[in-house]
Amino acid sequence: LTLMPLGAAHAATEDAIAAFTGGAEVAEGGVTLTAPEIAENGNTVPIEVAAEGAAEIMVLAAGNPNPDVATFKFGPLAGAREASTRIRLAQTQDVIAIAKLEDGTFHRASQEVKVTIGGCGG
Amino acid sequence: MASGVKPRVKVPATATAGEVITIKTLISHTMESGQRKDSDGNTIPRSIINRFHVTFNDETVIDVVLEPAISTNPYFEFQATVPESGTFKFTWYDDDGSVYEDSKEVSVG
Repeated sequence: LTLMPLGAAHAATEDAIAAFTGGAEVAEGGVTLTAPEIAENGNTVPIEVAAEGAAEIMVLAAGNPNPDVATFKFGPLAGAREASTRIRLAQTQDVIAIAKLEDGTFHRASQEVKVTIGGCGG
Repeated sequence: MASGVKPRVKVPATATAGEVITIKTLISHTMESGQRKDSDGNTIPRSIINRFHVTFNDETVIDVVLEPAISTNPYFEFQATVPESGTFKFTWYDDDGSVYEDSKEVSVG
């Protein structure tokens, strides 16, 4: 596993956020990201995202070789604007959730997850 | 990995009209990330499920874009509103063009 220079990782994450928001302002909060503080196994880290009134929620892992993780789009029969899944984290890093609300505003939350065994499989 | 892919879905069999229910899904799949190398140092090509779509009576519940950072055997848990009796349809789209489907009936009585 080769770690990317920190600057490159940040640029890729900022690019992914800009592609999702179209450059719109992103407010802190208004979206909940639940992830463990410490993940022993980076191959399968449980996360949950929730944001009231969200049309879409994008999840990013800033320290992965590619920061994209998943984007959840909620349809008319979504019972709540929340979802859980399991993700791969190559190293200790920030996981980021960006919610696009139905009113067109964007909201952000992030949490650091300490990874004991990386999920890069390299 | 188009062979041996097995979807599993947990949905309550009955609900009341308008009830919000929890759905859990799991599909067996290696989700080869495209980041790993084989013993000769060659990159193993990416091969993942890239989209997961759930509908109830043809109306969307959730539509997920998956990237290689989703773990092996992709798992999802989410909520759905059940307005009337009908059928949940679950569809997973593979990089290799394969489409895996499952469906569950829910009766509102």
